[in-house]
Order: sequence, then C-alpha cells, then structure tokens
Amino acid sequence: MPNNDNELLLDIKDLTIHYITEDGTVCAVNNLNLSIKRGETVGLVGETGAGKTTTALGIMQLVPNPPGKIIGGEINFAGENLAAKNEAAMRTIRGKKISMIFQDPMTSLNPVIPVRDQIAEVILLHENVTAAEGLAKAEEMLELVGIRSERAKDYPHQFSGGMRQRVVIAIALACNPELLIADEPTTALDVTIQAQVLELMKRLKSEFNTSMIMITHDLGIVADICDKVAIMYAGSVVEMADKYDLFRNPKHPYTIGLFGSIPDIEKDEEMLKPIKGYMADPANLPAGCPFSPRCELATAECHTKKPENIDLGNNHFVKCLQYANQGGE
Amino acid sequence: MPDVLMEVRNLKKYFKTKRGPLHAVDGINFSINKGETLGLVGESGCGKSTTGRVVLRLIDATDGEVIFDGENILDYNKTKVRTFRENAQIIFQDPFASLNPRMSVFEIIAEPLIINKKAQSRQDLRKQVLKLMDTVGLVARLENAYPHELDGGRRQRIGIARSLALKPSFIVQDEPVSALDVSIQAQILNLMEELQKEMKLTYLFISHDLGVIKHVSTNIAIMYLGKIVEMSDYSSIFKSPLHPYTKALLSAIPIPSVDIKRERIILEGDVPSPISPPPGCRFYSRCFERMDICKDTDPELIEYAPNRQVACHLIKPQSNV
Ligand SMILES: Nc1ncnc2c1ncn2[C@@H]1O[C@H](COP(=O)(O)OP(=O)(O)OP(=O)(O)O)[C@@H](O)[C@H]1O
Ligand SMILES: Nc1ncnc2c1ncn2[C@@H]1O[C@H](COP(=O)(O)OP(=O)(O)OP(=O)(O)O)[C@@H](O)[C@H]1O
Ligand code: SF4
Ligand SMILES: [Mg+2]
Ligand SMILES: [Mg+2]
Repeated sequence: MPNNDNELLLDIKDLTIHYITEDGTVCAVNNLNLSIKRGETVGLVGETGAGKTTTALGIMQLVPNPPGKIIGGEINFAGENLAAKNEAAMRTIRGKKISMIFQDPMTSLNPVIPVRDQIAEVILLHENVTAAEGLAKAEEMLELVGIRSERAKDYPHQFSGGMRQRVVIAIALACNPELLIADEPTTALDVTIQAQVLELMKRLKSEFNTSMIMITHDLGIVADICDKVAIMYAGSVVEMADKYDLFRNPKHPYTIGLFGSIPDIEKDEEMLKPIKGYMADPANLPAGCPFSPRCELATAECHTKKPENIDLGNNHFVKCLQYANQGGE
Repeated sequence: MPDVLMEVRNLKKYFKTKRGPLHAVDGINFSINKGETLGLVGESGCGKSTTGRVVLRLIDATDGEVIFDGENILDYNKTKVRTFRENAQIIFQDPFASLNPRMSVFEIIAEPLIINKKAQSRQDLRKQVLKLMDTVGLVARLENAYPHELDGGRRQRIGIARSLALKPSFIVQDEPVSALDVSIQAQILNLMEELQKEMKLTYLFISHDLGVIKHVSTNIAIMYLGKIVEMSDYSSIFKSPLHPYTKALLSAIPIPSVDIKRERIILEGDVPSPISPPPGCRFYSRCFERMDICKDTDPELIEYAPNRQVACHLIKPQSNV
C-alpha cells in the first residue's frame, strides 16, 4: 500500500477526445485537466453532453474507435501515461487497478450468469487464486454490499435496481482497485435506494482507501460524498476546487448559474435564476469561451479568446477570462 | 373560502395482471383549489402517473369519484369527456416520446386547434400557433422544424404550447422536467409558474424530486405504494414531517450545500409488490418506528391539524389545544 497521501494518483493534462462522424467532428473533450490524490473522491459534474462519460472512457482507454479518437493529452496514472499503453497492458489495469461502474447496472451484468459467479470471474482474471477461493471471495464481496449469501446464486433479473447496482459495486471493488470511476451510479434509482447505495460507497471507499471519480449532475451528491469538485462544460473542466471552497465560493459564471438553477429545499424562493439559452453543441463550439453565448458577464474578448486554466491559489482553478489577471499567488 | 376545482374521493385503480390485481392507486382522497398546485411526490411505481391519468379519464377508474367543477367526471359519457378534455390537459416527462416525429412544430401545436375546430381560417390558425409559440418562448423560425432537430428543453416547450392550445383550466404535469438538465429545468419551471399566474391555471404536478415539488406546490401529497401517506401545505412537510416515510424520504435527499448536515435515515429493503399488498400499513416492512398494530391494521388518513393529514398509527390528531 502506498503511504504518501499527497501523491497524485491520476493527473490528466490537456486531454482532447473527438468523435469523427459523417456529420462532422464532435469535440467531446477539449484540453481537459483533472487530478486526483490517493484516497480522494472527485465529483465530475456537468450537464448532458458535457463529455463526462467520454472522459471516463478515455481514462479506461475504451473510447470506441471509430468514431472516437484521443487527439492529444496525457493520462498519468500512478506515474505512467495510459494514453501511451497498448491494449494488452490496459487489460491488466482495467478491473484490477481502475474499475468503472456504469449508470445502467444491466449493461455491466451478464443476464445468464449467477451474480456470485460473475464476481468470481473478475477475481480469477486478475488474481492468483483457485476457483473455490474466487467463489468464496465473491460471496464475501456480496456480503459486504449487503446481499446475503443465500441470494448469491440468483441471476441479475431476480434483483431490484438498487440490489443490481450493489452487485456492480461488488464487482468493481472485488480486486481492490486504486481508482474507481462511477458514472452516474445512482441516477436510475429512487432517492431512498440511492441513499443506501451512496452510504455503501462512502463506507467502502474509506475502508479500501480507494480514489474515486464520481460522475454526476447532482450537486447534492457531490456535497455528500466528494472531497473535490470539477465542473465540466462543453468538454472542459471550467472550475475545479476543494468541495467547501467550490460550494461557498463558486467563481465560474456557469457554476454560479448551476447553483441558481436548483430549487433550494431550505428556502422559499419565488423564481429560480436559470442560465439563459441552451447547452453548447460540441459539434459546433463557439470560437471563444464555450460558455460565452450564455454568459451574462461575457465581454467582446470572451467571444473570440479561449480562456486558459487559471490558478487562483488554494488549489482553486477556473477557466474564465474575468480572472485572467488574478492568476498565480 | 378558496374555490375547489377538483376533488378526488376514495379513488382506486387496479390493473389486471396474471398474478392478480395490481393495486396501483388504492383509495386516495385529495382536493385542489383553483389556481393552485398540488404536488404529488413518491418513488417509482407508487401510482403517481396512474393517478394523473385516471383524473383525466385517460384510463378508467376501478372505484371512487373525481369531482371537477362540481361534476363527477367518472360518470361522463363520451361527448362530455371530450369537452372535459379540452379543459384538462397533460404534459409528459419525455417530450420526445409524446410528440409525433413526423409532424413539424407548427403541425403539432395546430393539431388540437384543428381537431376541435378552434380556428376560423388558415390565417387565424397560424396567428394562434405563433402566439402560443411566443408564449412558451419558441422563436417563430422554428415553426417548420421537427422534434428530433430540437433539444429536450425546446421539445418540452412544444408540449406545453400544445397543451395550452385549447385554453385549459387544469393541467396534469407528469414529471415535466425530470428528463431535463438543471439549467433548462429551471427555465421550464419558471415558464410554468408565469403561465399559471397569467392564465389562472390549476396544476396537478407529479415528480419524484422533492426540491422541484416544494418549489412549485401550494400543497403536497406524499404517496407510497398506492396510498397517500401525508398531505399538507408545501412548507409544513419540510419543517416537521410526521410520517416515518416522509422523514426517511426527506433525509435521503442529497442537499447541494456543504453547510447543512442532516441525520440520514437509511431504509432497509425495497418497496413491496403492489400485487397483493400487505394488509396493514403499506410501509410496515421498511418502517423504523413500526408497532404491532401496524402489521395488520391499515392506518387511515386523518386530519392531524388544519390542512395537515397523515396516515400513521403513531400520529394522533392534535386535539383543540
Ligand atoms: N459514439 C459516439 N459517436 C459520436 N458522438 C458521440 C459518441 N459518444 C458520445 N458522443 C457525443 O460526445 C459528446 C459528449 O458525450 P458524453 O456521453 O461524454 O457526455 P456526458 O457528459 O456523459 O453526457 P450525459 O450526462 O448525457 O451522460 C456528446 O455530444 C455526445 O453526443
Ligand atoms: N397498464 C398497466 N398495467 C399493469 N400495471 C400497470 C399499468 N400501468 C402502471 N402499472 C403499475 O401500476 C403501478 C403504479 O404505476 P405508475 O406508473 O402510476 O407509477 P409512478 O408513481 O408514476 O412511477 P414512476 O415514478 O416510475 O413514473 C406500478 O406498479 C406499475 O407497474
Ligand atoms: S470567459 Fe467570459 S464568457 Fe466565459 S464564463 Fe468567463 S466571463 Fe463568461
Ligand atoms: Mg454520460
Ligand atoms: Mg410516472
């Protein structure tokens, strides 16, 4: 076990991923920067089409090619650039060092294999154990996510949505990965079931000291489970900061707009303060700041110049021209 | 006294299934005042959409009454149902699935006006459609576009324009913003609120999102497995929830703030099947405050205080103190 808690486990630099289609090039991820320390949980927040899933697939080297293509950038994981690895090398990493949970549990479960055997399969693939040991470990994992051993031989369709997602979590954690990427793991679940699953994930990640990327569009989940937040818009991380800093002191106009859009359960407010306009089309991004057509504060410069990633100090980063002269510290 | 527009009494809807009758809605009571919004909230499968469809007579009720403007619409014949439907509309969650992909924006919005002969001439029809598009914030140049060319927010605006075409007084909103991104959701919620004020509309607003429900509602009803377990004005439920299910539901909502910490109640297990539901309290199997009586005796929805109703054996009416 590594002991340096401040070491960066994942450090993504200027990642750019395009989908090249007949109708044009979809610039799904553009110069994205993101970093995670060991044991840290980062919330990757953004609306439909922001490029969250593409970023996750990029880390796993699973971007469908064609039409997808990693155009540039580095994905440094435990000191090695995953973007430079071949498929054979990636296969020893996926499911072992990095695993991923998808939004719909059924996409990652095989309907004709009992859940216990599916977990054992992953363990056998990556660890030097006998079949019997694999099955025993699988049952242990199920127990850990609150599924009793008498149900271990059941098939996925015999479980409810929440239980299926717990099975997927058991598979993802079976080999004790260093990084877990969870892509909207609770979006399809009811709130009381979501609460069960989130509680479980919180407990397990601290037990295993797993680093996690939590992909979500729900800032409530971020407040609950994450240490750090990265806000994505049109394929870039436009703001990244410590959770407390970001919630108390949001800087980017898009982040501020997101907070204004959520009905506040603690307050009575007459009207919400939505962001005007619609999501940017990644096949046809504006020339300057991708948020400029919707931004209340946009100046002439914002429509022509792309903002750089600005370090506001205290590990707070923002891509917005308003802060162009405040960098450093 | 506010005017009651809709009153629902002991409404039931059972679906026939191979494994026996499915109790989708099982004896619910509520009323909605003119110009107000009743928020209906609860988890997947608790019977929200079924309620919305039964009160519009889109499907037949098994039992009960739906009094609309003084008349029981469940007694209506076909012609009367048709005029009732002009007055009572529905907006669905998935704007894409509910819009005909082969029709242009203009045709979709014009259709109810044509069917119900509400336009004097071609020009009048066009004028009405463009006015509706303007009302919901769709620019006129989109009149010849098709739904698949538009994003979710604009598609939902088409659905709203269409539902407003016949100048209804009542609209069932079935998860109208659940499929939308928060920044677009906020635009649509604000639009609905403005329309309600301008046109004195009455809404039955269905959602599983308590934040949205609180924002839009005058009164809120919480449903669990075909029953209403708690109902009150929009704020009391949040300030002092009475029913254990309401408490658990509220505690489960992730709050987008780092300065509020809530004690979380984690419910065990899943919602039981609505086919042969348990005889006692529907929440018994998951309740953390259950007592012996709850197992076999179904608690009635009682008046706990003015405009506060709850169905739980733990809660006794507040006597005249
Ligand atoms: N296989 C593909 N071919 C072409 N375009 C794609 C493909 N996959 C994704 N895209 C496009 O890339 C952009 C980013 O998509 P992505 O799925 O990464 O977004 P997301 O942030 O995960 O969104 P959501 O919240 O809807 O899951 C979108 O415009 C999407 O349409
Ligand atoms: N046509 C039908 N035939 C049989 N069962 C049905 C039918 N329509 C709905 N049901 C069942 O009735 C119950 C209530 O369904 P309903 O759609 O009203 O729930 P809901 O509260 O709207 O859920 P959701 O939040 O998932 O939309 C569910 O158990 C559902 O499976
Ligand atoms: S760079 Fe300009 S347009 Fe972009 S978010 Fe900042 S102020 Fe708004
Ligand atoms: Mg996605
Ligand atoms: Mg429904």
